[in-house]
Amino acid sequence: MDITLQVNGVPRAVDVDPRMSLLDLLRERLGLIGAKKGCDHGQCGACTVLIDGRRANSCLALAVAVDGSEVTTVEGLAGGDGLHPLQEAFIEHDAFQCGYCTPGQLCSAAGMLGEPGPSAVTDDVLVDPDLTPAEIRERMSGNLCRCGAYVNIVSAISEVAR
Amino acid sequence: MKTFEYARAASPSDAVRRSGPGVMYLGGGTNLVDLMRLGVAQPDHLVDVSRLPLDAIEQAGDRLRIGAAVRNSDLAADPLVRARYPMLARAVLSGASGQVRNMATVAGNLLQRTRCAYFQDVSRPCNKRRPGSGCPAIDGDHENLAVLGRSDACVATHPSDMAVALAALDAEVHVTGPGGDRIIPMPGLHRLPGDAPERDTVLEPGDLITAVELPPPPPGASAYRKVRERASFAFALVSIAAVLDVRDGAVAGCRVALGGVAHAPWRAGRAEQAIIGGPATGEAFLAAAEAELDEARPLPRNAFKVPLARNLIVRTLEELTP
Repeated sequence: MDITLQVNGVPRAVDVDPRMSLLDLLRERLGLIGAKKGCDHGQCGACTVLIDGRRANSCLALAVAVDGSEVTTVEGLAGGDGLHPLQEAFIEHDAFQCGYCTPGQLCSAAGMLGEPGPSAVTDDVLVDPDLTPAEIRERMSGNLCRCGAYVNIVSAISEVAR
Repeated sequence: MKTFEYARAASPSDAVRRSGPGVMYLGGGTNLVDLMRLGVAQPDHLVDVSRLPLDAIEQAGDRLRIGAAVRNSDLAADPLVRARYPMLARAVLSGASGQVRNMATVAGNLLQRTRCAYFQDVSRPCNKRRPGSGCPAIDGDHENLAVLGRSDACVATHPSDMAVALAALDAEVHVTGPGGDRIIPMPGLHRLPGDAPERDTVLEPGDLITAVELPPPPPGASAYRKVRERASFAFALVSIAAVLDVRDGAVAGCRVALGGVAHAPWRAGRAEQAIIGGPATGEAFLAAAEAELDEARPLPRNAFKVPLARNLIVRTLEELTP
């Protein structure tokens, strides 16, 4: 099926099998290998990208179903040649070891910082809470890090959230 | 994944017109795409209903109408939902992850499959996946499975948190389909397994959920609490949606629904009847919880859920007592 996506600001027209996930399209067809295939079941978050500005598991999105969308991957997060503030903070805070989960962590954090409202750990759901470490941990629970760099990931995101 | 044809529905009636044998509706895909990848779901045709104009949350008099395609994250962040139905916002926020909530729709959340690990493993028998093939969970891994309303054919649980809150709020599910339009009051959408565990809900083939409508919030204090094995992104061992209205020390109104304990969200009507009209005391709540759980039939390795549910009911109602 013919679909058209705006990927990191560039229009891309591709002919895809209806079974193809957005993740496989990005990696196998468009050469964007930043988003990673971890579990392929939406449980690890390594494949996280922004679809129309919202973070999503690209392994669970059929490419045909996101026809017409704007997709941002870690390659396009900074929007230029420099680094996104989250990328700078991850380096500064040593927020990764092997790096496999990092593109997903970065895209997830970028999406999370734009999400309004309470989380499951917010005391009063009427309040838009400050992004305390407890709030960040809860909001980032869809991204696993097998190296266990969580402490530094939370501190890196905290710095940008301030 | 088995191949299929994909089409976007232009309208709810167009979606229904496209329904038929081998046709499934696609919402956010967070459960269906996964089940297709596992070989559990094998549709010939996918009709994508995720972009239908059913994505509004609107006040209708003193009721709230939530479109079927509203994303879970938008539901939980909605000012009206947070102000009038905080229990619902909290339930939605207790489920899945930020990424999944951004993708998953309200109707898809309701229609995610009632499931267990054996259902998801096509190399194993499962009465829900292949009727008559047997239930390995009964003698196998069932720590997190049903203790109420289970049958000898199936002990799977419905994992939605949102549906538990909707059950406690007397929500109505609006459905259109080949047989016309109808309204299904929660928790009546989901069914107990009986001898037909392949059917999770009372929907007929081709039925499409268009909206969920909430009556005015019941008076009293409310809460959603979830007990799980890790702090986030895990299904409930037991969860509770509760509303308690105490006037002059006596209970004027009480709603209790449980999650994680049955094939469907479990409205604890016996407990409610035992509590309403009586004193708002821990003893009364304990007696009511025990009355509800009297009909529990736990398996050897999930018997812990019975005292867990009892304690969760008592503790939550005590906390809601002024």
